[in-house]
Amino acid sequence: MTHISATVDGVHRQGDVEPRTLLVHWLRESLGQVGTTVGCDTSNCGACTVLVEGRSVKSCSVLAVQIDGKSVTTIQGLAEGEEWHPVQKAFKECHGLQCGYCTPGMVMASVDLLNENPNPTEAEIREGLEGNLCRCTGYHNIVKAVAMAAAEMGASK
Amino acid sequence: MTATAETTDTTKAIGRPIRRKEDERLLHGRTNWTDNIQLPGTIHMATLRSPMAHAKITNIDISAAVASEGVLHVYIGADFPDLPGTTCVWPVTDDIVMSHMPAICTDEVRYVGDVVAIVLATDQNLAVDALQLIDIDYEPLGAVVDMEEALKPGSPLVHESAGTNLCYTAKMPCGDYEAAKAKADVVVSRRFINQRLIPNTMEPRSVVAAPMGMSDEITIWTSTQIPHVLRVLLALLTGIPENHIRVVAPDVGGGFGAKLQINREEVLALVLAKKLGRPIKWTEARSEHFVSTHHGRDQIQDIEIAATKDGTVLGMKVDLLADMGAYLQIITPGTPLLGMFMYSGIYKMEALDFTCTGVYTTKTPTDAYRGAGRPESTYAIERIMDELAAELGMEPMELRKKNWIKHDEFPYTQIAGLTYDTGNYEAATERAMEMFGYEALRVEQEARRAAGDPVQLGIGISTFTEMCGLAPSRTLGALKYVAGGWEHCTVRALPTGKIELITGTSPHGQGHETAWSQIASDIIGVPVEDIEVVHGDTGRSPYGMDTYGSRSLAVGGQAIKLAGERLVEKARIIAAHQLEVSPDDVEFSAGTYSVKGDPEKSTTIQAVAFEAFTAHNLPDGVEPTLSGEATVDPLDFSYPHGTHLAAMEVDTETGKVTLRKYVCVDDCGVQINPMIVEGQVHGGVAQGIAQAMYEGAVYDAEGNLLTASLAEYLLPSAADLPSFDTDRTVTPSTTHPLGTKGIGEAGAIASTPAIINGVIDAIRHLGVNNIDMPASPMTVWRAIQAAKSGGN
Repeated sequence: MTHISATVDGVHRQGDVEPRTLLVHWLRESLGQVGTTVGCDTSNCGACTVLVEGRSVKSCSVLAVQIDGKSVTTIQGLAEGEEWHPVQKAFKECHGLQCGYCTPGMVMASVDLLNENPNPTEAEIREGLEGNLCRCTGYHNIVKAVAMAAAEMGASK
Repeated sequence: MTATAETTDTTKAIGRPIRRKEDERLLHGRTNWTDNIQLPGTIHMATLRSPMAHAKITNIDISAAVASEGVLHVYIGADFPDLPGTTCVWPVTDDIVMSHMPAICTDEVRYVGDVVAIVLATDQNLAVDALQLIDIDYEPLGAVVDMEEALKPGSPLVHESAGTNLCYTAKMPCGDYEAAKAKADVVVSRRFINQRLIPNTMEPRSVVAAPMGMSDEITIWTSTQIPHVLRVLLALLTGIPENHIRVVAPDVGGGFGAKLQINREEVLALVLAKKLGRPIKWTEARSEHFVSTHHGRDQIQDIEIAATKDGTVLGMKVDLLADMGAYLQIITPGTPLLGMFMYSGIYKMEALDFTCTGVYTTKTPTDAYRGAGRPESTYAIERIMDELAAELGMEPMELRKKNWIKHDEFPYTQIAGLTYDTGNYEAATERAMEMFGYEALRVEQEARRAAGDPVQLGIGISTFTEMCGLAPSRTLGALKYVAGGWEHCTVRALPTGKIELITGTSPHGQGHETAWSQIASDIIGVPVEDIEVVHGDTGRSPYGMDTYGSRSLAVGGQAIKLAGERLVEKARIIAAHQLEVSPDDVEFSAGTYSVKGDPEKSTTIQAVAFEAFTAHNLPDGVEPTLSGEATVDPLDFSYPHGTHLAAMEVDTETGKVTLRKYVCVDDCGVQINPMIVEGQVHGGVAQGIAQAMYEGAVYDAEGNLLTASLAEYLLPSAADLPSFDTDRTVTPSTTHPLGTKGIGEAGAIASTPAIINGVIDAIRHLGVNNIDMPASPMTVWRAIQAAKSGGN
């Protein structure tokens, strides 16, 4: 067992983990942060995407011990209190989700995409979300939502 | 009547693109997926699956696993020799060869993924660790992979005692095909392959079963589309009384038919929770999903069409081989037959000769996958229409127009005996062609062809209809399906004026919480936000037939309407009593009861709800509480239709296929929430495009699944798909009281032939007249090379 501590969704968390524990399993099983989902076991689907130090990672591809001392933001910590993040708002407005299982990862990947490229083209949005799979929406409304969030975030700057 | 205009009545909830109630929790991670459930004392289950496609089990040694850290029990087939793992509720013919899938295999395995042992441990990782310590000796029996080989004498037998791999032969001769063919100038035949698909819901399957302590009840939370049907089947399979089983489908992350099933993990979790008195939990790994959740499609279609030289279609002959896989699950044999009535599509003809042969192989069982039988039939008819057009030298859209049912010919009883209530293929097609720029693309196609451009352009057409809204119970009975097709709703007014709408449908992404609120809002006149939709829990919603076959609105919507109207009528009697007039003198509008001619004298439905609760002053003979209940058996299936057009670019040097533009105009009658409808179309179209261009399960000769993870099986990403141009026409259904039709599967049903017809249209001049799905660069390049060298 290895002792780790990290800031998860703004709260200081710590615990002992087996070295093989993946970040997503630590979040879900030890911390009860079950908003982040697991969709595959080959790092293809991206459902488990979270931000570590503000950058998106697939939390099934990171060991819990690797985030010792770092800050993690999941879908559960994205809104500022009652104020939804513009990406969350745009996903609702554009119907960018149906079953919602890929949504935690899709939203976090979109946040990272817009941090890197605040004004993406449709092609850049599509390329940027390549690592996140959705089976319900055909991506059409997800792409629209990211474009809407980009406009909203640009306007508020 | 067909309309294309937007709904403008803002006093109504129906017809408006109201943003979804579901989204707040889903967008903040406040969800209740089955795998999120953590109960005290939970025992974790892991399954050991056969690495062999077909083998005798000669020895099992579990001793090392039993001794492994955290392991509580290891069970093998001998521990549950009589426990079935699934059941089939649709024995389609009298002489069908049924199969028995044990919960855990006892002496023989029949596909890679068959369950041979389970480990129960205190921790999921420890359970999985222990699987590797179980030692099993297998004696190979010979894989059965190819359907045609499976039917030849001498093939290894999937079920030895049956003496054959032939599961069933279903025939449906309509009209006299041979007579029709004798009159024909042209007969075109093709073999199409509708390949095996792996559903891949984003949420893997998951189940938790737990005795709840206060009674004999065991609650089973499971990622399912069918909590109500599952409860009945679990009771029948396990012998646990139905009244002791509560099934809950919490948030469910996609279904597409893959969760229309009774699975051995559900059976085992329930039985073990009862046996051990503790919660049992199992969650599928994605790599397990690939072999353990049922697959879809997998048909070889021999299609023949006969026509006169002016392009009048006379008849069609359909001969299917349908791969059942190793065992029959819930509706495995019936799935290909759901397309049986639809091979004539939207066209008039005098004969349709249908035969389907179900075949056992040593592969994962097949069953329903988005569209279930109708994508296959639509692919066949729309592909063969293009081949017929080419043979006749006709423009493919002109051939369709010549043969389709005209808008003024509805209701129309087609050759397989279905009566399409309404439709307007002309209107949908005209709109689609306009959006597509059909004529301009034909001009560009000619120019590219004349210039010898290495990248050729093709136009793919699919003018489709489908039958959904399962289904009139008597019809299901006549087809040997063992259950009914009704749906239930209870609308309950709570004392504070809030509404509980209890539905038997079970959503997993379709937005029922929002759309059902819209329907009820218009009927009982309370705001959408005051209505809570309760679903997916046999404890709270006791009656239902669940969600599949685009039935939720088509059938369940009828029950909502009727239940709401019954509530309004009961409330009218109480309101009249309060207003001291006769019920006949009370008008109801937008939640308010008022006296005719004296509108100042009024009360609200919320006030009536409180009166019904206190019961201090109810009319004689009126029972306290206020609710309306309805169980509706539909009059008919539902027949949505539409026109889908695809512009396909094919690089003739590399075989690379690019989808440049996709236009679809769908007609699902009256739309409750156009935003949700459009989302359903997007998702369905994407799944059909995925079948046409990217996906396909591949087995080797030994029966190993080669496409066994997301690294090998190409689920399209955002970068692999374009945006879609969608629109609608509205031709209300006359068999549905709200005028609606189903839409959940339409996109997946319509889109495969649009893509493949487009690919072939781009390279037909090179001599290509068929491409099997998926149209990968290698497949297309090989077809071009074969055509160049004289074959195809």
